[in-house]
Amino acid sequence: MEYYLQLFINGLVIGSIYSLVALGFVIIYKATKVVNFAQGEMLMAGAYVCFALTVQAGLPFIASFLLTLGFSVLLGLCIERVVLRPMIGEPIISVIMVTIGLSSVLKALVQLFWGTDIRVYPQVLPEEPIFLAGVPVAPVYVAAFLLAGLLFAAFTFFFKYSRTGIAMRATAFDQQAAQSMGVSIKRIFALSWCIAAVVSSIGGVILGNINGINNQLGVLGLKVFPAVILGGLDSLLGAAVGGLAIGVLENVLGGAAKEFLGLSGFREVAAFIVLVIILMIRPYGLFGEKEIERV
Amino acid sequence: MRGKCGLFYTSYGQERALLTTPSQKWRFGLFLLVYLLSPLALDAYDLSVLIMVHIAVIGAVSLNLLTGSCGQISLGHGAFLGVGAYGAAYCTANGVPFVPALLLGGTASALVGLLFGIPSLRLKGIYLAIATLAAQIILTYVFLHWDAVTGGAHGMMVATPSILGYAFDTDAKTFFLTLAVAVLAILTVANILRTRTGRAFVAVRDHYLSAEIVGVNLFRTKLVAFGASSFLAGVAGGLWGHYVMYITPEMFGIGLSISYLAMIIIGGLGSVQGAVFGAIFITLLPEFLNWGSGELSGLLPGVADSLMAMKEGIFGLVLVLFLIFEPEGLNRRWQLFKAYWKLYPFAY
Repeated sequence: MEYYLQLFINGLVIGSIYSLVALGFVIIYKATKVVNFAQGEMLMAGAYVCFALTVQAGLPFIASFLLTLGFSVLLGLCIERVVLRPMIGEPIISVIMVTIGLSSVLKALVQLFWGTDIRVYPQVLPEEPIFLAGVPVAPVYVAAFLLAGLLFAAFTFFFKYSRTGIAMRATAFDQQAAQSMGVSIKRIFALSWCIAAVVSSIGGVILGNINGINNQLGVLGLKVFPAVILGGLDSLLGAAVGGLAIGVLENVLGGAAKEFLGLSGFREVAAFIVLVIILMIRPYGLFGEKEIERV
Repeated sequence: MRGKCGLFYTSYGQERALLTTPSQKWRFGLFLLVYLLSPLALDAYDLSVLIMVHIAVIGAVSLNLLTGSCGQISLGHGAFLGVGAYGAAYCTANGVPFVPALLLGGTASALVGLLFGIPSLRLKGIYLAIATLAAQIILTYVFLHWDAVTGGAHGMMVATPSILGYAFDTDAKTFFLTLAVAVLAILTVANILRTRTGRAFVAVRDHYLSAEIVGVNLFRTKLVAFGASSFLAGVAGGLWGHYVMYITPEMFGIGLSISYLAMIIIGGLGSVQGAVFGAIFITLLPEFLNWGSGELSGLLPGVADSLMAMKEGIFGLVLVLFLIFEPEGLNRRWQLFKAYWKLYPFAY
């Protein structure tokens, strides 16, 4: 039982990172209807920049974390302006492929600068485990979970009460109507890419503190698809719930498959089997807007 | 029918012909002749590159049938190739002759393609892309863990292909074998597109509601597209496996699916010729990079170290640049080029 409780808690932590990546994904999809296959690579870029600033440039962790956020804003702006802006009006497959191409470029750049070895962050939080329900949990896990929760709360308030947040929701609902009410759609598109880059790189920094980073980090971006499909492609709440659920499901199912069926590595594929099942039953997810087609 | 500045068809047969003008036929015949003689002049390495081009052409035209013509995005094509490769290899390992084994591999791939095509009735666009992405990842897992058939992570040895006792054991022989299959695949796809089914594909892609209203059975059409496309992909996979004689799960990962999508996009979606151009371009791109970095490494040492990173990055960059500046692909550029020469002294 304790084995599964451990799996559950690990699942929640990794799930909170999936949630952050999914949050970025959903914000982009909601505002611009672009499906971003480079979300994992944006996470990786953030993680490596923060690593470079703390370890290679020797800055204090907090300072380099803030600088990383600044870098992410620039990255998001740059990607939106250079790559996505020309794709307006192109078929969906072109937009998908452009983000896939972008992910290759980001991955290659990271590899060019930092090579392929695993890099480890310096210890930021103490090592003594905290006991939750009798299970020892490293403080960095708790911090990761809390930070993700905090970000979600912040974004919920942002979208609900701030002027810009409301403008973003208006854009998501109806671009033309929003524009005619004086919302700058271009600014909203750029902003959504910025936010997506920022939340992904926060996920990357958290992950770097847990496991260290290597050039395979971008693969994590694939896990965002089960998460957002489960939650609903255009729902923030869905991203949070979906990310956590997929994190827990893959850990627990993977553990169970190992124990009962002797299947190794089932964790990697469990989320995608869940994904196929969700697509068959409820393609718009738990909280997604159901698209109704009229003739 | 007249040449040069305009075509005036006098029968439906002329309109449907694959090669229309006599000069086109001449040029094509001459090209084919030179190409068939090329193994005499090329060394083993160049031939192996050309063989990879032939295999890529089969895969690309098959994906183009599904994604370009029928509009069903597939991110799992690499895995369908894998099913064919493993299926054919398993058959030949158990004593089935090469040609039936290749067809059985294709059939296995078609069945898997049909299975993952079933959601396409309910899913469109991005949802279907994600469903096929899931197919890719699940199939890769199966290749890696179904040890009894696939040999797991160690991979599996594949026999040299032989037809009626004639072994294709040199690159020159394999060149003709793969060329024959590639030409067959091109003709098959080009002809499917000229039939009622092919027109139904295009109708489904362009407007599925209108297609349904004029009596196209959506589900059947989409499934036929998935089945035919993954059958050909399986044949390509089987040929590839038998050519390299050793297959591992990594060969059929998501990277392969992406490079096939890149081929049809860079070539030009929905056109057979475009898929061929794209397959040639994407297969030759790393060769050019190898050659270029070889030339450069004397001048700029250290370039070779970062070659791996550069290769993937340049692939991505080429893809992004094509999508931004040439969204209709190489085929469109080729048409413009031909039109330019046809109309030469006149500007428009």
